[in-house]
Amino acid sequence: MSYRFLHRLPSASIILLVVLAAFLAAGCGGQEEQSGGGSASGGSTSSGETTSSGGSASGGETTVSGGSASGGGSASGGGSASGEASGEGLVVYSGRNEELVGPIIERFEEQSGVDVEVRYGDTAELAATILEEGQNSPADVFFSQDAGALGALTNEGILSPLPEEALSQVEERFRDPNGEWVGVSGRARVAAYNTEALSEADLPGSILEFTDPQWSGRIGWAPTNGSFQAFVTALRVIEGEDAAREWLEGVQANDPRRYDNNLAVLEGVTSGEIEVGFVNHYYLFQLQEESGGNVPAANYFFQNGDPGSLVNVAGIGILNTADNTPAAEEFLQFMLSEEAQSYFANETFEYPLIEGVPINEGLVPLSEIQTPDVDLGNLDDLEGTLDLLRETGVL
Amino acid sequence: MVLVPALLVAAAMALPLAYLVLRSLENGWGEFFEVALRGKTFAVLLRSVALATVVTAASVVVAVPLAWLTARTDLPGRRAWAVLAALPLVVPSYVGGLVLVSMFGPRGFFQGALAPLGVERLPEIYGLPGAALALTLFSYPYVFLTVRGALRGMDPALEEAARSLGSGGWATFFRVTLPQLRPAIVAGALLVALYALSDFGAVSLLQFDSFSREIYTQYRSAFDRTPAAILALMLVALTAAILALEARTRGRARYHQSFSGRHPRGGTVVTLGRWRWPAVLLCGTVVLLALVLPVGVLVFWLTRGVAAGEPLRLLWGAAFNSVYVSALAAGVAALGALPVAILAVRFGGRLASFVERLSYLGYALPGIVLALALVFFGSNFAPGLYGTLVLLVFAYAVHFLPQAVGATRAALLQVRPSVEEAARGLGRSPLEVLRTVTAPLASSGILAGAALVFLTTMKELPATLLLAPLGFDTLATSIWTATSEAFYARAAAPALLLIAVSVLPMYLLVVRERAR
Repeated sequence: MSYRFLHRLPSASIILLVVLAAFLAAGCGGQEEQSGGGSASGGSTSSGETTSSGGSASGGETTVSGGSASGGGSASGGGSASGEASGEGLVVYSGRNEELVGPIIERFEEQSGVDVEVRYGDTAELAATILEEGQNSPADVFFSQDAGALGALTNEGILSPLPEEALSQVEERFRDPNGEWVGVSGRARVAAYNTEALSEADLPGSILEFTDPQWSGRIGWAPTNGSFQAFVTALRVIEGEDAAREWLEGVQANDPRRYDNNLAVLEGVTSGEIEVGFVNHYYLFQLQEESGGNVPAANYFFQNGDPGSLVNVAGIGILNTADNTPAAEEFLQFMLSEEAQSYFANETFEYPLIEGVPINEGLVPLSEIQTPDVDLGNLDDLEGTLDLLRETGVL
Repeated sequence: MVLVPALLVAAAMALPLAYLVLRSLENGWGEFFEVALRGKTFAVLLRSVALATVVTAASVVVAVPLAWLTARTDLPGRRAWAVLAALPLVVPSYVGGLVLVSMFGPRGFFQGALAPLGVERLPEIYGLPGAALALTLFSYPYVFLTVRGALRGMDPALEEAARSLGSGGWATFFRVTLPQLRPAIVAGALLVALYALSDFGAVSLLQFDSFSREIYTQYRSAFDRTPAAILALMLVALTAAILALEARTRGRARYHQSFSGRHPRGGTVVTLGRWRWPAVLLCGTVVLLALVLPVGVLVFWLTRGVAAGEPLRLLWGAAFNSVYVSALAAGVAALGALPVAILAVRFGGRLASFVERLSYLGYALPGIVLALALVFFGSNFAPGLYGTLVLLVFAYAVHFLPQAVGATRAALLQVRPSVEEAARGLGRSPLEVLRTVTAPLASSGILAGAALVFLTTMKELPATLLLAPLGFDTLATSIWTATSEAFYARAAAPALLLIAVSVLPMYLLVVRERAR
């Protein structure tokens, strides 16, 4: 007929329409059953990957793979190459910022000869993406900003067990109990205090004591910050819902100054606007580097497994659908090598998690920080934390 | 004939909806009702409605006078004002929100400047006031552009007749001009309202829990996609309600021009007289807040960074990528919009309006939801296209199609069917008529729609992060990389580059209207 050019132009929509039809025909079980279609190519090494393919509708399966075949066919030239890993390359989904980990990933490429392609994004969004991609995820490695996202993938059975030699390098409290993810760098919650106004002796032994009225008007925090919220989640897990509420209400009664992020809290501390603020340990070093000298602030570490001394980690998991597991394991080993660990210590000011890598001056060694007894992978009830923060008027 | 491509476009638009239904019901109806009916969801719904209402009303109030002043009066420098007043559209909300916080926040610039004068506290910026302010400042140009286009495309004969029959200036405006502007105002207001619902940058920076922020929280919280999908479906329902409202507001009136196409003469020019300078002041205030302030803050960050030894990184590669995909998206969206608009304008009926409405759903969804829908369909059913530009451009087109549909539709409304019928009668085939008669006559609208899609795509972030080919950086992703670690100096260069690159298409968009 006429208007024919209109048929040709939105070709992507035609393809996707075909695909949609196939999808509808296949019914809702399609996602798991689809694994046969295009993804098997890369010779995936992990064998035990079959998730829950119910094996019910074999008719549905053929429809689906027919759909994807026609999708590939009408892509006509070029389309099919880049989605699939070829076997030599490595695809990393990184929830850690390119500014922070880009350089060290480049060094890995240089040394190993492995060609790494990275999708940078928000940790939570990338975790959701991996879940949506299911068996067809192009990702080999997930480099997460926090342990919670790795825990979520573990719960969905998406990650594969890591080699013992990698796991054994890291303390048990900073890795998955089932060995499916491992932390590669740590960040401690601290109380940063103004050294002109306070000395270490003035600070209480537990973060819980900041509800004391003597701290009225002297505290600052950043309630929208993810690390702060993870701390509150840990507080709920460790001390219980009521104690967490009491603490939030108590601090709130001391009229804390509210900042947008950790860095702003620390700037409040150095300017004397507040005397003490709850932040991650590394902002002090960032600020010191930026200002090129001494700033009138110091980190205070709570002791004895206080919830205030939570240490969270950024970590790595390998997908059980990885096309290139050897390279993925090499990547993991590199991130746990002395070189990469020193990079994290010196460039991003985080805690290295393997033995024998020097830490920044002024940091309490991890071995001396008794962290609260929580599974970092399970600090995922953010919604409950947000509800509590709203209820108490903190947010 | 036009039906087949229109239905294909509709099918593409239905993809996100199909995804949401699938995800929402994954765990059965129990969870669906539990999430959908809980009080918190209702509160989010109310907040979203409030935000969309305030932003839309404020945008109309700001945009209509500006459009009228720059299109119909002897405002000094009105061409420049027209371009300047349209430009805030190119400021991404995640940059604009950041700027507002740094200016008006509790420890922002103004607080610091006013502190010596004894000002202890500025009015609270967080929450509805700040979010509404940010969204209004950076989305009112949708109304401005559509209304200004309508003012310039309007047949002056009606107004002249009213004046010659003794109607005064104001009376003519309210009784003759404004009714004719109604479709344009409604079309622009619809884009603003739905944008306010979908935007994440402004509401997250200014801490207002609308649907899009709540949906994102669900992804972060327990990484559960089902409640997020359920909330997104509620958002779809809200969108459908807004579209129904729009259909009632739009009215049935049609205003064809009394001539066959291009404008033979402009409308009457109103002499402002002693209102000149107040008018300039009005334009100046809006432009100051929505354009000068963000650009000024960005330049400040940039110079402060460079002074502190930060290397000045001009990301030409990322700029090229941005322009390249945005141009592709604009082209695909313009072509996709054509059959939808033709169907709606020339054939009408329930199906036509259904298809047209359907195209708005993708626009009202937060980018992350749309992106995950296409991640799901792409990776599982079109693995050959997944991770390629094809899918990314497709995502943009699905997301921003309504901008092209609205502009194309408005332009087609001004083309008289009798001209097309005459061409048919003289033996042209329908396709030839489209190519040689309809498209040229409606070209300004089609181009305007494409330009809008281009400008919006330039600043799109969530879908770009998840769907772009690996290693494909754009200006938007570069800004995000810097701002998410609070490296504002590093964010300033790509942000300024993004605004600078967007100026040219915006200039052409406004100037081309003038040339008619």
